[in-house]
Amino acid sequence: MLVDFFFALRQGGLPITLTEHLTLLEALEKRVISGSLDDFYHLARIVLIKDEKHYDKFDRVFGAYFKGVENLADLINQAMEDRQIPPDWLAKRSQLDLTPEEQAMIESLGGWEKLMEAFRERLQNQKERHEGGNKNIGTAGRSAFGAHGYNPEGMRLGQEGTRHRRAAKVWDQREYRNYDDSVELGTRNIKVALKRLRHFAREGSDLELDMDSTIRETGRHGYIDIQMQPVRENKVKVLLFLDVGGSMDDHVRICQELFSAARSELKHLEYYYFHNFIYEWIWKDNFRRRGNRLFLPDVLNKYGPDYKVIFIGDATMSPYEITHEGGGIEHHNAEPGYLWMQRVRQHFGKVIWLNPEPRERWTHSPSIQIVNEVMEGQMYPLTLDGLTRGLRALSGR
Amino acid sequence: MIRFQGTESYVATEELKMAMNAAITLERPLLIKGEPGTGKTMLAEEVAQSLGMPLYQWHIKSTSKAQQGLYEYDAVSRLRDSQLGDERVHDVRHYINKGPLWQAFDSEHRPVLLIDEIDKADIEFPNDLLRELDRMEFYVYELQQVVQARHRPIIIITSNNEKELPDAFLRRCFFHFIRFPDKATMDQIIQVHYPHLKKDLTKEALEVFFDLREIPGLKKKPSTSELLDWLKLLMAEDIPAAALRSADINAAIPPLYGALLKNEQDVHLFERLAFLSRRQGL
Repeated sequence: MLVDFFFALRQGGLPITLTEHLTLLEALEKRVISGSLDDFYHLARIVLIKDEKHYDKFDRVFGAYFKGVENLADLINQAMEDRQIPPDWLAKRSQLDLTPEEQAMIESLGGWEKLMEAFRERLQNQKERHEGGNKNIGTAGRSAFGAHGYNPEGMRLGQEGTRHRRAAKVWDQREYRNYDDSVELGTRNIKVALKRLRHFAREGSDLELDMDSTIRETGRHGYIDIQMQPVRENKVKVLLFLDVGGSMDDHVRICQELFSAARSELKHLEYYYFHNFIYEWIWKDNFRRRGNRLFLPDVLNKYGPDYKVIFIGDATMSPYEITHEGGGIEHHNAEPGYLWMQRVRQHFGKVIWLNPEPRERWTHSPSIQIVNEVMEGQMYPLTLDGLTRGLRALSGR
Repeated sequence: MIRFQGTESYVATEELKMAMNAAITLERPLLIKGEPGTGKTMLAEEVAQSLGMPLYQWHIKSTSKAQQGLYEYDAVSRLRDSQLGDERVHDVRHYINKGPLWQAFDSEHRPVLLIDEIDKADIEFPNDLLRELDRMEFYVYELQQVVQARHRPIIIITSNNEKELPDAFLRRCFFHFIRFPDKATMDQIIQVHYPHLKKDLTKEALEVFFDLREIPGLKKKPSTSELLDWLKLLMAEDIPAAALRSADINAAIPPLYGALLKNEQDVHLFERLAFLSRRQGL
């Protein structure tokens, strides 16, 4: 029972487990809800969906599933028979949902069964969009089926916004569309991977009680001898260089994920932008890159060798941009890009390049191979595995 | 069966009531998310109050450890007492400080436990509470004893979405997202908090408030709690409804807007917009 619903949700890409489904059934059995389909919708959402970003997906699947079902009443009936929930549950539902007039109207059309049957029949007869009129399924008409209509006892189909509140099917309104934000999807994995970079150290003033040496010293002296120590903190410092624009547009999402994860996980994080490859100029603000550019040697002087450096870029360009002076497409560079990269690597020691291009394509692009050579193999694909390996290389001492 | 129906001072939507009741009936923790200031923390207090249950609160900080919710072993006091020759030192029991979770487990009546802002803690924090929330028991190493809940507490967890919570944790919770209230609900909320507020002032204030929320690019949109503060100020200053009516939000800055906009950039943005539209009007 409701198994198809479960699989429909999973097929819709919602991360629902069997345990949660069983919990939903348990809730039905314990009669948490009083009976209407709206209640069922809310209950299912509370139990199955654990993040508002999935709400929109859920609304769509729910809408599609319960629209496509042959007969809604049958489905719920079936569900209840399986769980031995008395059928008067359903009777209550129709009392709750429909006014006596509405019920009478449905009766006049031959009852719910008849209504559904008539609906299917008309759906078969009609293949085109229909507006106005009073028979076919469509909008703004007087037919019993469709949206924005004058037939209050009819069925409302896919109408956005509510004309009269009772007929509102909440899942059609898709109010949570804005929360369906897949940017955050992979961030947790990335954060966990970034933990590899942790480098704990005790520095600064003594703020924390050092239990072990307090006990040791107290035992030795015979009086309480409090020993303090600095707080243990993640001291890792990271410098991020991000390639922007051009061919990087395809990889904006993954770069955003990585960036947002790094920002929240690392305390000492600085970032700069470059285009395609690194030359003497970089910039901090993408909107004012012409005016506010920074001279790379100044930046190198600013940050000590204890910073770990990550370049993020697809390294897809003309080989001349790396190997020749004047090859850069942003400005005329007096020295070739690879020289600047060598200086960066010499200064910092720990430098890696993360490449969002899939590994298989690396061999087809000469520039990627050149960059990889300049990096002496310290180029990793921007996948979870590549990130993990890259960060391991960074954290080795 | 225990059912939460909202209280006189707290307007709960049908959805929220159902979520709460489902969590109570099925004894699952309820995870509440929503914009800041939509009454997430208030919910626990109101539930406890309306059902006549004791409330235990655990406010999470960035340094919170799961262990602190269970108990803490105060070794320093014991060390001191050993120096002073205090008799208590021989019983470790005296140096175990119960955390909010233990206190809730010990409660004589079924309690409500609030775990506030769980997303503030370390990313692994929720994972350390899985067994405790599942089985409602934990092991105390110092006493070599298992602590079990006498009554399964009603657990309410709030999150501001600063960190993603782990799947294993989410699977054990029910989830409800408090949507920002619409005008009708907001009207109700104001009625509950300031029953003597003049009708027209409420109406004008609400218009201004919802207009303000529509301004694109605000860093922090004003929320329910800010609206309530603002109304309180308006009442205290005895500002007439007419003063608000002059505004078209873009043309004039509403009085005492400091209560609504908490962010310097937002205030700047807002003043700039007001200036621009005044100039266009001339």
